[in-house]
Amino acid sequence: MSRSTTEPHLPGLRQPAASNDGLDAPFWEGAQAHELRVQQCLDCGLHQWGPEWMCHQCNSMEIDWVTIDPVGQIYSWQRPHHPVHRALSDRGPYIIVLVELPHASNIRMVGNLLGDPMQDIEIGAPVSVVFEDREGDPDFTLVQWEASPAN
Amino acid sequence: MSDDYNLRGKVAVVGVGETTYYKHGQSTDPEFVLVLKAILAACEDAGISPKEIDGFCSYSNDRNDPPRLANALGIPELRYSNMQWTSGGGGAAAAVQNAAGAIVAGSANVVVAYRGLAQGQFGRFGRSGGSRPVSGPAAYTLPYGMMSAAQMYAMRTTRFMHEHGVGRSSMRAIAMACYHHAQNNPRAVMHGRTLDEETYDSSRWITEPYRLFDCCLENDGAAAIIVTRTDRAKDLAKAPALVLAAQQSGGHRSGATAENATDYVTSSFKPAVKYLYQQAGITADDIDVVQSYENFTGGVVMSLIEHGLCTYENADEVLTFDNLRADGGALPLNTSGGNLAECYMHGLGLQVEAVRQVRGESSNQVPDAKVALANAGPMVAVASTAIYGTEETLG
Ligand SMILES: [Zn+2]
Repeated sequence: MSRSTTEPHLPGLRQPAASNDGLDAPFWEGAQAHELRVQQCLDCGLHQWGPEWMCHQCNSMEIDWVTIDPVGQIYSWQRPHHPVHRALSDRGPYIIVLVELPHASNIRMVGNLLGDPMQDIEIGAPVSVVFEDREGDPDFTLVQWEASPAN
Repeated sequence: MSDDYNLRGKVAVVGVGETTYYKHGQSTDPEFVLVLKAILAACEDAGISPKEIDGFCSYSNDRNDPPRLANALGIPELRYSNMQWTSGGGGAAAAVQNAAGAIVAGSANVVVAYRGLAQGQFGRFGRSGGSRPVSGPAAYTLPYGMMSAAQMYAMRTTRFMHEHGVGRSSMRAIAMACYHHAQNNPRAVMHGRTLDEETYDSSRWITEPYRLFDCCLENDGAAAIIVTRTDRAKDLAKAPALVLAAQQSGGHRSGATAENATDYVTSSFKPAVKYLYQQAGITADDIDVVQSYENFTGGVVMSLIEHGLCTYENADEVLTFDNLRADGGALPLNTSGGNLAECYMHGLGLQVEAVRQVRGESSNQVPDAKVALANAGPMVAVASTAIYGTEETLG
């Protein structure tokens, strides 16, 4: 359902690091292991993204990290043209998608839609994860998306 | 809820002031000096001594803190300070609300709501650099090239247009109305620069669906608003603009990270509006002129709908250039030029302009304007709105 690449999509931007309180470390570790991991409440079953210390539905603090199917649907999108960072100055347009994951309490995740930057984008279209393995200090993996057959 | 527990008419804006508005980075004054100058201008407008100020309210982590301001101004008693937590300029009306609340509570007598920005001194909003690792919520967006304000809100507008099938022509009309009004406003940074349909349509994309003219300016300057008891206002220089209502507005998980707000297709005003009109004792039909915060035009369309000034169905028919003009329009909008064409003073300029309309002092005066609405923030975690009226609106 997913694939991986070592080709950097937007090189030169600041790399992600797990927060110093440890809250989101399992997500970044999961990405490096090519697994999409998000929080799930042990009491009510709600999935959460971004991570929180408490389940926002039942206020339980018993929260686990689970690996979910790395697929979703495009909920919204934008196509930046204006470079907002010096690393993007000669990059040209790219696509940011907001992906909804119906099988995980409809959480949404932000990433890039890989492929032709000028492609037509359809809200509701199925997408699947591309784990983008990057060299850095330390190495890291981004969760990207690409068009996929219906899932 | 007892009727006693509201602001309606108890507090008034008695003075407004601003510095010269500069293009970003062009102020020769440091930011703190800009704020002092704006406060002095507002005091002069009110006919009140700066020494009478005993409270300060601001928002968006304004860098010019009340103890330092009180020190510089020689304020004898600093009785009240307040910082409104929100993102963007969503706190502009809330700063007036917090000032009004302090006065109603007896915590202070004369409170100034203020905001200063000097981007030459402190850096810009719309471009970021750096190479250090990023962690926390920003790590879920920034490595994907999502970091500017326009990018934070573009996807809400995409989804709004998808769900409701309106917005594109309204966004253009809003931008054109702002530029149209700036032509009569000598304070406006875009005074002397017009915008027609062709120029808008051919302007470059910042991030689809926002073109250049959908996006607010970035500026240097400061603005200030003096608030006091309505009974005190009667002795001052000008007719007061009564605060009929003011309300903050955040919905269920509106501050959720990584674009996970429960209601995504919103300008964030839905929770506030019922309280706002109930407090003011009016309906949307009573609003004579609207100042609606434009971080981006798409947010204004949603804001006007959520304030009941048009509907999801008729937005593109109501929000036309002709309707949004002060000179003859049915829904005069952003009559100073707003954040798009007067100045981006984080929205405090829109509150100032609402006061000027109620006083009959606008450079684009709406004839016989009695009630003015000014909101702040759209699409942020906590937005805010204030409604101002003439004394006769109390009935
Ligand atoms: Zn739960």
